[in-house]
Amino acid sequence: MSDPTTTGGPSSRGAAGGPPGDTVLSLTGVNKRFGAVQVLTDIHLEVAAGEVVALVGDNGAGKSTLVKIICGVYQADGGEIRFADRVIDISGPSEAQALGIATVFQDLALCDNLDVVANLFLGQEKHKGLVLDEVTMEKEAWRLLRSLSAKIPSVRIPIAALSGGQRQTVAIARSLVGSPKVVMLDEPTAALGVAQTAEVLNLIERLRDQGLGVIVISHNMADVQAVADRIVVLRLGRNAAEFRVEEATTEELVAAITGASDNVVAARAERRGGAPEGEGRG
Amino acid sequence: MTTDQQDQADPTAASAVAADLADERLIRSQGVGGYLHLFLNRLKGGELGSLPVVIGLIVISLVFYSIEPRFLSSFSVTNMLQFAAPVGIIALGIVLVLLLGEIDLSVGSVSGLSAAVMAVLVVNQGWSTTAGMIAGVLTGLAIGALYAVLYTVVGVPSFVFSLAGLLGFQGALLYVLGSQGTLNLPNDSWLVQFARTKFLTGVPSYLLVVLVAAAYLLAQMYGRSRRQAADLSTPPLGLVLVRAGALAIGGLGLVWYVQQASGRGIGYLVLLFATLVVLMDLALRKTAWGRHVFAVGGNEEAARRSGIKVGRVYFSVFALCSMLASLGGLMAAAQLTSVSQASGTTDTNLTAIAAAVIGGTSLFGGRGSAYAALLGIIVLQAIQSGLNIVGVDSSVRFMVTGGVLLLAVAIDSVSRRARTSSGRG
Repeated sequence: MSDPTTTGGPSSRGAAGGPPGDTVLSLTGVNKRFGAVQVLTDIHLEVAAGEVVALVGDNGAGKSTLVKIICGVYQADGGEIRFADRVIDISGPSEAQALGIATVFQDLALCDNLDVVANLFLGQEKHKGLVLDEVTMEKEAWRLLRSLSAKIPSVRIPIAALSGGQRQTVAIARSLVGSPKVVMLDEPTAALGVAQTAEVLNLIERLRDQGLGVIVISHNMADVQAVADRIVVLRLGRNAAEFRVEEATTEELVAAITGASDNVVAARAERRGGAPEGEGRG
Repeated sequence: MTTDQQDQADPTAASAVAADLADERLIRSQGVGGYLHLFLNRLKGGELGSLPVVIGLIVISLVFYSIEPRFLSSFSVTNMLQFAAPVGIIALGIVLVLLLGEIDLSVGSVSGLSAAVMAVLVVNQGWSTTAGMIAGVLTGLAIGALYAVLYTVVGVPSFVFSLAGLLGFQGALLYVLGSQGTLNLPNDSWLVQFARTKFLTGVPSYLLVVLVAAAYLLAQMYGRSRRQAADLSTPPLGLVLVRAGALAIGGLGLVWYVQQASGRGIGYLVLLFATLVVLMDLALRKTAWGRHVFAVGGNEEAARRSGIKVGRVYFSVFALCSMLASLGGLMAAAQLTSVSQASGTTDTNLTAIAAAVIGGTSLFGGRGSAYAALLGIIVLQAIQSGLNIVGVDSSVRFMVTGGVLLLAVAIDSVSRRARTSSGRG
C-alpha cells in the first residue's frame, strides 16, 4: 500500500494486470434511472476469474442498484453487460442464476424453519422421481461446506440455531450450488463479530482460489483492503475511482468515497509533476 | 485474519465417524440412549412436536374413563373414529393453509355448499353419485382457485376473503337448496354405505396393518442403507425396529379392539382419512412441493428469491384446502344421509381450525405436520364424546373446547419463545 500511482475517474478502468484468469463479467456504460433520479450513469465494471472486486461507496452511491441490475432484479436502461464474452440481457433473477451469476443478499434470504440442507438446495432440489433425494443433497451439502472449510456442526439443524457467521456461510455455500462463475456478496460482514468476519473473509478468499469472480460490497474499509484485489469506488451513481488494493491507502479510499478524491489526486499529481492519470491501469 | 483449523477440510480425518458427524463441536449421541437424549434436548429447546397433544389425549382418556368406563368401550372408540373423520379431512386442508401462515375461515361453508351441490345433482337432477361427488369437489376447486387469485393477484388478506366466503358460501348453500330445507341422500348410494356401513374387519384388517408396518420398515431400511453407502450417519437399527414394531403392535391392538363386543371395525371412512393424512405427510416431507410450502411459510421473500414460484404454491394450497373441505363436506353429508340448510354452518369451521392448531400446527406459519389434523380432531372428538357420555350439556362442551383451543395456542406461543431463546427460531 505504498506509493500509489493510482488515480480516479471513469476514464481509468480496464483489465488489471494482476489477477489471473479472463474477464468473466464486464459492464460498459450502464445507466439506470428511477423517475427523475439518474441512479447510475455510465457505469463500468469488470470482474475476472479468480479476482475479488470490492464495490465501495457511500449510501446512495448506487452500489445496491448496480448489484440488483447484475443479478436481474432490475433491468438497466442502457449500456452493455457481457458475461463470458457474450452480450447478455438479464431479465430476471432465475436467468442470472442460470447464467452463473449468484448473489448473496444482505439479509441472506434463508428460511429459519428449514434445516441447512433444505436451505442450500431451496428451489434447486434434487429428485429421485417425485421424491426428494435427501441423501445426495446431504452429501453435496457436506462437500460444499468442506470446500469452504465451513464450520457448521450439523446440516440437519434449522437455520435459526446457527450463529450469524454460520448463516453467512450457509448463504455463501448456497450461492455455489449451481456452480456459478461470478458470486456477488452484499455487505457480507455487516452484522458479524470479529471472528466471524475473519471466517467470512476466509470464505471469500476460498471462492477466489476456486477461480470464481467475486464482487463484494462493503462499507468496511479494513475488510475491503484485507480481501479485495481491486477496489471500485462509486459516488453519486458514477465510477469515482478505481484502485489496486496494494496501491490504495485508507485515506485515499475514504477521500474517493466522500468526493474529496479529486483534490487529493490533483494534489498528488501536482506534487509528482503531472504524472499521467490511469497509469498501469489500461 | 485467523488461520483456520483445516482438520475438517481433510476428508480422511473424518473417516472414523460418519461424514455429517465430523464436527468436533457436535455432541455425538450413539445408540437408542443417545437418541433419547437428543429427544429430551429438543423438548427443552421448545421443539415439542406432537408431545403436548399426545399427553393431552392420554389425560382426557383417563379422566373420562375414570368417570365413565364406557368411554373407552369398543363401540365408543369406533364411533369416535367414524365421527372424527369428516371434519378431520377438512382440518387437513387447514393444516396446509396454516403452514403458509394464512387462514381459511370458510371451510365449513365450503363443505356445506359442496355437499348441497352434490345432493341437488344426485337427488333432484338424477346424476350418478360419483358424478355428483366430482361436481362437489370441483366446486371446492373453483373456490380455492378464486381465493388464490384474490390473494396473489389482488392482494386481499386471507382472513378477509375467507370471512367473506364464510358468509357468501353459506348464502350459496341456501340458494342451491332452494325451497327444500333438507335433502335426503338415497340409502342405497355407495357413498352413504361407504361412510356408514362399510367396515374393514377380520383378516384383511390385520393384514393391512402388517403391510403398512412392513412398508414403513422397508422404507426405513432402504433409507438407512443409502445413507450408509453415502457415509452419512444412520439412525440406530434398534430404533428403527422398535418404531416399526410399535407401529405394528399398536395398529394390530387398535384394529383388534374395535372389533370386540359391539365394535364394528375400522370404517372405510376412517381408512380414507388415515390414507389422506399419510399421503399428505409424505407430500409435505418428501417432495419439493412440500418443501416449498414450508419455505414460503417460513420466509416468503427468501423463497421467492430462491426461484420458487410462490404464486403457484399459494394456488396449490388454497385449492387443496377448499377441495379437502368439499370432500369432508361430502363425507359428513353421507354420514348423516342428508344435506340441510345447517350443513357445515354450525361449528364445523372452528372445529376444523381448532383441530389443526391443537394438533400442533403453528399459527405463525412454517411449522406443523399432516398428523396434526389426525391428533387434533381425535382430541376434540374425544372431548365431545366424553362429555356426551358423561351427560354434560353442550354449553359446557363449547366452553371446554374453547379452553382446550386456548391452551393449545398458549403452548404453541410458549414453545415458540423457548425455541427463540434456545436458538431454534
